[in-house]
Amino acid sequence: MYTIEAKNVNFFYGEFQALKNINLQVEKNNVVAFIGPSGCGKSTFLRLLNRMNDLIDGVRLEGEILFEGKDIYRKDVKVDELRKKVGMVFQKPNPFPKSIFENVAYGLRVNGIKDKTYIENRVEQSLRGAALWDEVKDKLKKSAFALSGGQQQRLCIARAMAMAPSVLLMDEPASALDPISTAKIEELIHELKEQYTIIIVTHNMQQASRISDKTAYFYLGKLIEFGDTRKIFTHPDHQSTQNYITGRFG
Amino acid sequence: MKRFIEYLVEGALKISGSITSITILLIIIFLFKEGSGLFKNPVVEEGYVLTVNRDNPVEHITSFQIKEIYDENITNWKELGGIDSPILVFRFGDLENYFSPEELGQEYENIPQCLNTLINREKNIIAFFPELYLPKDFSGKQIAKEKISPVDFFGGKEWYPTAQPAAQFGLIPLLLGTLWVSIGAILLALPFGISVAIYMAELASKQMRSILKPLIELLAGIPSVVFGFFGLVIIVPLVQKTFNLPVGETALSGSIVLAIMALPTIITVAEDALKNTPRAMKEASLALGATQWQTIYKVVIPYSISGITSAIVLGVGRAIGETMAVLMVTGNAAIIPHTLLEPVRTIPATIAAELGEAPSGGAHYQALFALGAILFLITLILSISVEYISNKKNK
Amino acid sequence: MAPQLMQESVGSRKRLTQKIAFILFRFFSLSIVAILFAILFFIIKNGIGVINWDFLSKAPQEGMTSGGIFPAIVGTLCLVIGSCLFSFPIGIMSGIYMNEYAKNGKLISFIRIMTNNLSGVPSVVFGLFGMSLFVNFLGFGDSIIAGSLTLGLMSLPLVIRTTEEALKSIDNSFREGSLALGATQLETIRKVILPMALPNIITGLILSIGRVSGETAPILFTAVAYFLPQLPTSIFDQVMALPYHLYVISTSGTDIEASRGMAYGTALVLIFIVLILNLIANMIRKHFTDKNKI
Repeated sequence: MYTIEAKNVNFFYGEFQALKNINLQVEKNNVVAFIGPSGCGKSTFLRLLNRMNDLIDGVRLEGEILFEGKDIYRKDVKVDELRKKVGMVFQKPNPFPKSIFENVAYGLRVNGIKDKTYIENRVEQSLRGAALWDEVKDKLKKSAFALSGGQQQRLCIARAMAMAPSVLLMDEPASALDPISTAKIEELIHELKEQYTIIIVTHNMQQASRISDKTAYFYLGKLIEFGDTRKIFTHPDHQSTQNYITGRFG
Repeated sequence: MKRFIEYLVEGALKISGSITSITILLIIIFLFKEGSGLFKNPVVEEGYVLTVNRDNPVEHITSFQIKEIYDENITNWKELGGIDSPILVFRFGDLENYFSPEELGQEYENIPQCLNTLINREKNIIAFFPELYLPKDFSGKQIAKEKISPVDFFGGKEWYPTAQPAAQFGLIPLLLGTLWVSIGAILLALPFGISVAIYMAELASKQMRSILKPLIELLAGIPSVVFGFFGLVIIVPLVQKTFNLPVGETALSGSIVLAIMALPTIITVAEDALKNTPRAMKEASLALGATQWQTIYKVVIPYSISGITSAIVLGVGRAIGETMAVLMVTGNAAIIPHTLLEPVRTIPATIAAELGEAPSGGAHYQALFALGAILFLITLILSISVEYISNKKNK
Repeated sequence: MAPQLMQESVGSRKRLTQKIAFILFRFFSLSIVAILFAILFFIIKNGIGVINWDFLSKAPQEGMTSGGIFPAIVGTLCLVIGSCLFSFPIGIMSGIYMNEYAKNGKLISFIRIMTNNLSGVPSVVFGLFGMSLFVNFLGFGDSIIAGSLTLGLMSLPLVIRTTEEALKSIDNSFREGSLALGATQLETIRKVILPMALPNIITGLILSIGRVSGETAPILFTAVAYFLPQLPTSIFDQVMALPYHLYVISTSGTDIEASRGMAYGTALVLIFIVLILNLIANMIRKHFTDKNKI
């Protein structure tokens, strides 16, 4: 059983077809990178995996998306349960206007956990997991906005980890950050691989080749090529992939 | 030439830009000038005097005490710090009870003399009569010659502008009436207003919004007299029947009508505030497994709380200043209310109802301007606090 | 790893809370609509029978118990036109100044605060102010001009804000584009910016006419009379006005019960005016948003 499997997925914004017949399988504890030029549908597809596109008016989905073998778009699926298991980190750091501690505890609290020691332990664990603990342990009560951009993004990763998801979706998590912060995030992703299945959208070819096991190349709403990262970056099957990777367009 | 015209136009625009500031300034000048005139009026009605026997030790007597004496609620000088003896109340019309027409004279030329005799004779008298008849060699003592004081106005518990000998211009009952009606209105309007704002900002479909929005605009456009009329023929009888009251014109009726009128303000301002919550914030919450409702009350509402507060304050301002509708449904009894089921009178309603009858330039007229100044100050404070709240947010 | 996270009962409880909250919101929203329709229905139902040509074209008779409301319609028309003649040009110019010219941040925020304050001033205070400034100090007496100026001052903040917002919604690139072609600022505003902002400005102005036509408190002591046998002939005459007419015949007429029908009719005419103005405003808004889409 694959952790995530998409079968014949078509997706429409009103009349516009954003995704065309996508088929893709993600295995457990893999890091998968989605690459492709802007507007190719990679972010849209990522947001389908935790049903984030439900928020948009006038969208339509055809085909199936399975998470651990179950169709997540079936009527009886509870969206909030799904999103606990499939966490997400966004392009721009988006901490809540609360303290650092409360940011990480948020997910636990909204899911009805009241045990104080449990929450404290979980927050520490998550912050350690996101390699942020040493930097913030003395100022947990301070506003999350006081952190730097890179720290904020790691806080958002910690926030997602606190829910103990099995999948982490990352939508260009380093695109708004400076090179040093980016390196830290990449390092972190490398460590997280042990516990999580990670799907990451990125614009950065080097990043994709450095961190991912598999790479999917999207172009104009189609999944052109999907396979081992090493192969995609050395011997792609398609000319279009080759052009994109070598920077001839995009 | 072209540049000259540009310069001219810019000047004209600049002058227009300053018009609101000038208006505010003029309002302050005119209202406060007329209003402060109230404190130049004597406690006792202009053209009249209030006198006691020369030996009466009471020196000072307040406007309210005068009214209480003439209403026979104070009947003994002891209560005023004098000797223990009953007060003999004398009104000018009582003169014929004490003197025969002969004594008063054919042309009433002896009235001053008679008054002098009477006040000398009766140790416990308090006499109120036109200044015109004040004897030249008056042997009694004139009291309460001072002007109306701010204490009489701001601390006064009675509003009775036509009372004799001392008109009562007490702000307290009107202020309380205004607050009762407005607070009642806000308490009623708040759950509705905020719910609708949340519904419109977060839940309603596009079509639903495009229906609700103009309807709420329409509700905002209905004139206040029409609301007052509606209240008068529907809500007043309803309140009367529901609570089995002698009259339906109560603070509650006013609150209900005002609540309906304040709704559009609350809804629009709160909705704008809620809509300002960044999408990223909401997505972050949902992605952590929060339900939409948890996201609303844990993220969206805290984020827009200053805007929601502004909405409430603006709603209060609207309610406090509303005149005609309140005038038509609250019964206008100038008494300090104890429950929402009693008639009350608000500050704006008092101004609207009484200004037509108050002689221009008199104490009553000036008192109404003083009320206007108070009302202006209250709304000014509310406007400035809204400004402060939203500025704080921006930083 | 975190067994508590998987508890189904927590999940179902929070979903139930959500369901209840949303049902409540829907209920409240629908009740607002219901209230509005109740008011409209009630006044239309009771007022429609009164409305006929005589009602609209004749003066009140027999102590306001029969006849029509023609003088009040004329009076309201005079007051509305008068106030618009004052507030529209000044308000629009003020809005243009604030959005296009004023550069000093402190001055602007001061003016904006003052405009906001003015919009919060209760209508009855405008009435007092208008009375002491226009009626007494300037000696206009109770008259169309005093009432119009008072109403005009009151509607200024709305006109200013409408203009400002309409101008603000226009992208800066249009201004830069025009200025880069050598147009002066005035030409840019007149030929590029104002035409683009016009639909929004007009929409706001129409809504403000609706507000002005229903106001009572500001004209109470500055313009209106209970009953006048003839129509006004100059701007220094007193007038009757619809909202005031409704107020007096429903609260202090000679025979309140007998004049109820007249009151319903008057209320209906007032509502009708507001309804029509809102409709026109929405049509303009819709027309131009549709046009801009293409």
